[in-house]
Formats: sequence, structure tokens, C-alpha cells
Amino acid sequence: MSEKFDFIVVGAGPAGNAAAYTLAKAGVSVLQIERGETPGTKNVQGAILYAHALEELIPDFRSRAPLERNVIEQRMWLMDEGQACTGVSYRDDGFTQAPGNRYTIIRSRFDRWFSEEVQKAGAMVINETTVTGLLKDEAGKVIGVKTERAGGEIHADAVILADGVNALVGQRAGLRKDIKPEHAALAVKETLFLSKEIIDERFGVTDGQGVVIEIAGRITHGMVGTGFLYTNKDSIAIGIGCMLSDLSQRAIAPYQLLEGMKRHPMVKPLIAGAEMKEYAAHLIPEGGYKAVPKLYGNGWMMVGDSAGLVNGVHREGSNLAMTSGRLAAQTLIELKGRGAKFDAKVLAAYKAKLDDSYVMKDMKKYAEVPGFMHGNPHVLDAYPSLLNNAAREMLMVDGVDKRTKQKRILAQVREKRSLLGLLGDAYRFWRAFR
Amino acid sequence: MTDVRLPTVNVEEKLFQNRYRVDADRAHIRIREQAACGRCAAKPCIVCCPAGCWRLEDGKVDVVVDGCLECGTCRVVCAPGNVDWDYPRGGYGILFKFG
Repeated sequence: MSEKFDFIVVGAGPAGNAAAYTLAKAGVSVLQIERGETPGTKNVQGAILYAHALEELIPDFRSRAPLERNVIEQRMWLMDEGQACTGVSYRDDGFTQAPGNRYTIIRSRFDRWFSEEVQKAGAMVINETTVTGLLKDEAGKVIGVKTERAGGEIHADAVILADGVNALVGQRAGLRKDIKPEHAALAVKETLFLSKEIIDERFGVTDGQGVVIEIAGRITHGMVGTGFLYTNKDSIAIGIGCMLSDLSQRAIAPYQLLEGMKRHPMVKPLIAGAEMKEYAAHLIPEGGYKAVPKLYGNGWMMVGDSAGLVNGVHREGSNLAMTSGRLAAQTLIELKGRGAKFDAKVLAAYKAKLDDSYVMKDMKKYAEVPGFMHGNPHVLDAYPSLLNNAAREMLMVDGVDKRTKQKRILAQVREKRSLLGLLGDAYRFWRAFR
Repeated sequence: MTDVRLPTVNVEEKLFQNRYRVDADRAHIRIREQAACGRCAAKPCIVCCPAGCWRLEDGKVDVVVDGCLECGTCRVVCAPGNVDWDYPRGGYGILFKFG
């Protein structure tokens, strides 16, 4: 292959597909390179699809994309490691009538569909090919990619790197450093199959409605992390993730946490009798705004996970990926229209677009959160326990008067956290999340 | 930290459900220098690998990549940077059915 394209996109996840789709629709020549057998076979996510980011690209995706369930209810559980759980939930059946806001998806199916749309739009997609490096000219400008295939050097005016959290291509070209253990969450996940009817019944939904459950508390044994349980059509995705630095320091294996969560009495009956058909693991870049690498340079841009664009607080990533992919592609199209060279100076327009969008605004809003969580892991440990104990104390009717019970609860709180500690936590929490 | 009661898990049983195309004789993960592993007390690769690919064999750290989920954990968690980590050749390795 000694070919030249206008642009090359490395990777066919949400970021790469959004970029390639946008470029192809604009009529420029685009080559997308994916290392999987087909797009999706290397990709792992919970997975929730937030409609807005895809709607910008494919407005009628709801009638065409392989969606699992329309999420109408979100539960948030704070678990004790033993038997207790305090929770809140928000349900709105109105989500069924209005255009859905978010859906559960199965990534291998969704990504394959998205890739077909990319190809229909006119992009050339090569699967089963790993990009091994970037081609640069004498001035250091990126002018294409190297692949593992014989003679597999392909030229382009600019390259969009959408190769995911491990970001090997950018690292090897010296464009970014490797992700740090304190900036990466390791998540493990199982796909458990159950009939559609049983899922409807157990979660109290009908007609393609779905429920998502986010779980925090002692299930992570005092480490920074969360669990999840999402309903697909005829399967349940269940997983848990913790910061890699915590797992490493505490010498805990991620699958032990998953097993513990599956055995919790709140979870066990929901997945009883299900058949496990896949076990997956994936890193999530959760370093936040401060860990975002340089996003562009001479002839290149980074999008999605490879650029660390994940909003860990709100569990959003694939929408940030799609939006960043789209904005990177739009930047290239505008520059090409003006006949500009694709050097760092003009590609800065991509960063400006990101800064102006929810992507960087949200990343900036929570810039202090990863540091706060790293320094205060007890907020995910002590407080859920205290909350569960308080609920137990107040709900246990046993002849003890309520003022005495209230005193007991406060004494428990004071025992776990001093008054100053409580105030400090509240202040730091407010500073990080405001 | 308070009491940690964690269940034991047979990871291999889980991996049995997965689909792989194994690239025989072409390991995509290698240990750069065995001596560095010998000097490492914590061995977080063995603890954290979600696929149980890393283990101690006769007192030496060993990696068998057949069940690898290609997450990158071993590379990221290795403080001395002793893991030579690459993607498998295109089309090889884990093939997620659901992802």
C-alpha cells in the first residue's frame, strides 16, 4: 500500500467512528484503520449510549441503530459490604414517550453498525490492521501512519488518533506519556444472559424500558471506584471498577470485587439463574482535566479515551468521545476548505472548539475531583456505612426512644470522623464538585 | 483498613466463555528484564491482571498471554516499566462478542 488520503483515523471506537463519519460526509478522502477483526471486537464499555452526541451525526439513529433498552430509571445504591444498602432512584416513564435520552447498548453490535454507517458515508475502513507508528517529515510534522503490513506506510495530510486508553501510537511518537495508575480505573465486567421477560419482571419495566444501577460503598473495600448493573434486552451487564493505584496498593484483584458484588443480597436475586457468556476488562482514563495530554500538534489530533476525555463523576465517556471526534473532523474540513496547512498553529482550532463545548467545560468543572478522591478515599467508605447504620437505627422499632437513637447515630458519626474531619470533608467535597 | 473478606475466584473459568484467536508463538507482552521482577516485592502485575495471565513459576514472574483481555493493566501498574506491551497483530487476540 503506497497510498495517500486526505486524512487517516486510527481506531474505530465511538471517537474514531464519529471522526471518520464526519469527514466522509464532507466528501474528503478518509482511511480508517482498526486492529479488531471487525469494529467492536476490541472495545469494552458498560454500556450506556447518550443520545445527544450521536444525534448530532445521525439524527434518525433511534430507528436504525442496535439499541438495547431505553433507560427510564436510574438507581444509586450505597452498599455496606455485608447486607445493608441505602439507595435513591429516579424514574420517569416520560422518557418512553419523548425521544430517548440514553440507551443501553452492546458495544460489539453497536460499533459494527456505526462502522457500516461510516463506510456508507464513503470512508475506507481497513480491519485487522494494527497501526505501529506515525510517519513524520523532516520538520517533525505527522504525514501518515505505519502499519504492521508489508509496505504498509500510508500518507495523509493529517492523522486523528482515536486508538483508545492505551494510546500506544501517540506514546511511541512522543506525543504523550503513558497513563498513570492513579489516573486509570480498571473495570471488569460480565455479560449475563436472562430472558427478556425475567428482566422485565425483576426490574419492573415493560416494552424496551431499561434500568441502570450505579453502586458505591463498601463493595470497593475503601478503594476509589464504583459498580454498575445495566439491563440489556436479554442480558445484564454487571461490572465494577477501581483506581489501578488502589488495587495495586491494596493487593486486591478486580474479579474478587466483582464476585463480592454479585453475592450481595441486593444484587444476587437480580442475576439469579443467568448464564455468563463473556468476561471483559478495560482501563478507563479517569485522571480528569489535569491529566489531559496535549490534544494536537503538527499534523495530528487526539480524541476520545486516547485524549483522556472522560467525565468520571457522571460516568460519561462515549459521548465525549463522539463529540471530540466530530469536532476534530470539523476542524480539518474547515481548514481544508481554506487551503490551510495542518500545522499545530491552525489545529489549535480543535482545542478551541472543545473548550467551547460541554466536553472541556465539564472536564474543567470537575478538575479537582480525581485529586480529592485520591486524597479522601474514606468518603466512599465511611459515609455509606454511616448512612446504612443510621437508617438501620431509625428504622428498627424496638422500644428505644428516637432521641436516644439520634444520639447513638451522632456518636457513631463522631467515632468515625471528628467534627473537624466532617467539616473538612464537606468543604473539600464542595470545592471539588462545585 | 478494616476487615477484608474477599471471595476466591477461578478466573480461568470465566475466560473459558470468551472468544480468542491466539497468535501462537507471538506473545504481545514480554518481560523486559527478569532481574527487575526479582527486585520487585509487590508484583502488582500478578495481583491486578484481570485475566490471571501473570503468575509465579518456580519463584520467577511469568506471563502467558493466551487469555489476555488487552486492557493494559500490567504495563501501567509496573513501576519500573519492565513490561514490553504491544497490541497483538491485527485480527488476533481477544475477540469480544459483546464488549
